[in-house]
Amino acid sequence: MRSALLIAQRELSAYLRTMSGYVIMAIVLVVDGLLFNVFALGVPSKRLSAEVLNNFFYIASGTTMIAAVFISMRLLAEERQTGTISLLYSSPVRDGEIVLGKFLSALAFLAIMTLASVFMPALILVNGKISLGHIVAGYLGLLLLGGASLAIGIFGSALAKSQIIAAIVSGCLLTFLVACWLLARVTERPLSEIFTAMALHNQHFQPFQAGLVHVRDIVYYLAITYLSLFAATRVLEARRWR
Amino acid sequence: MIQVEGLTKYYGNHAAIRNLAFNIERGEVIGFLGLNGAGKTTTLKVLGCVLLPTGGRVRIDGLDVVENPHEIRKRIGFLPDAPPLYEEMTVGGYLSFVAQLRGVASQNARARVLAAEDQMALREADGEIIESLSHGYRQRLGVAQALVHNPALLILDEPNSGLDPVQIVEMRSLIRNLRGAHTILISSHILSEISQTCDRLLIIQAGEIVAQGTEEELARKLGSGGFVELEVRSPGERALQAVRRVAGVDSASIEREQDGVATLRLRAPMEVRPQITRALVAADVDVFRMDRVVERLESIFLKLTHGKEAAA
Repeated sequence: MRSALLIAQRELSAYLRTMSGYVIMAIVLVVDGLLFNVFALGVPSKRLSAEVLNNFFYIASGTTMIAAVFISMRLLAEERQTGTISLLYSSPVRDGEIVLGKFLSALAFLAIMTLASVFMPALILVNGKISLGHIVAGYLGLLLLGGASLAIGIFGSALAKSQIIAAIVSGCLLTFLVACWLLARVTERPLSEIFTAMALHNQHFQPFQAGLVHVRDIVYYLAITYLSLFAATRVLEARRWR
Repeated sequence: MIQVEGLTKYYGNHAAIRNLAFNIERGEVIGFLGLNGAGKTTTLKVLGCVLLPTGGRVRIDGLDVVENPHEIRKRIGFLPDAPPLYEEMTVGGYLSFVAQLRGVASQNARARVLAAEDQMALREADGEIIESLSHGYRQRLGVAQALVHNPALLILDEPNSGLDPVQIVEMRSLIRNLRGAHTILISSHILSEISQTCDRLLIIQAGEIVAQGTEEELARKLGSGGFVELEVRSPGERALQAVRRVAGVDSASIEREQDGVATLRLRAPMEVRPQITRALVAADVDVFRMDRVVERLESIFLKLTHGKEAAA
């Protein structure tokens, strides 16, 4: 665990020392702000504050997933491209610790970025009538969704030789999981039930968006995160045999 | 320190190395020599526990690389062919990270970093961002990261790669200073570097060890034998008759005679200079100069590698 924390610390400081981290953060906040103004605040009809907040979390979930792909694409693919993976491979660090360290750093960065948008819900809180619990539930959902997306991204980064390929692989995996609710509509039981249960956003994020926290949704996101990190670890282990 | 038996590594259907076998004793400095694609880097990666072998057995410090890679990694320092550097970090910060990653307690890390910087003459660059370092400094930092945790075994893959002649001399001196404290395995294309820095050589070609030993041993076993060159007062015929009678001299000839000096060349695999001296003195020949000319590493290496290619 010490090694994982060391790797996480180094990786997080790399995000904060280079331009790429700030560029991703700035783009996400600008896009969040623009979409929030246009689609959440800019609707002419009168709406409840809770609906506006619901819209904000809906918008933020999309940018969080896309940002997760861009944050995670470099994590392992870049190490392989630059040859620094040899340093990690030749050190007394288990492959699982490498993956965990990378994940923790990316999650910490994503958390900083996500929490930087808190001024938008704060505006609704000041000018409208919403509960703090709704805000907390929404951010919990964003972190869980972001964590699962990052884990999928790390798996893609472990598989691919270049960062672009890593982004494409993890983007495709995420799109499939998001689109599962559509597949559920065009298939019959039991397949439709399986697709419904797998739907990354529609089935499992929308309750958080509405301020509801269900254990089944938390378990789902944690399971996706665990399975993706486990798969990434196995990919690293397999590479030692190639 | 290292026992390798039947080491084989396949990439898909291609065998990068086949059935390698060699031993390295504690404290030895070993040169690992081979052309590009010969299998040097693959072998070093297996010894560095970066890759796992397809077949065979490798033991480092009594531990098997497949069964105990984690323990072995604590005892080795590995410099891959390209130094694994994080560009945005400072030299000191990077070395501290590597030291802790390799098991040095955080409170001891700074002391180890300073020691490694001193060993590789990097102290003045401690606060520099790695991205701004010259190639020579980057190579030195690569070696420093390998030794920052004071490992028993140092594996250096082409530490002189891309260095200019001055930097090569500096690096040679720095590596020589590490002798005694570590067992060192160095791969290089620069044959003179290998011969000047190492106790013993392993020559690899097409994934197989084709020769091993000291430079002299290789010259004796694989070279065309040593030569003795001598200059005597003319005429050279009397000297030629005398040396031909010395046991151990395979052949002798007069190379040239000029200005009252005859130059003779004798082929003698063993050391026969004392016997030659006695024979020439007994024959009343005036001797101006006598040198033993051992076949150099370059020609042995070329002979080995070309011979192998020709056989293939």
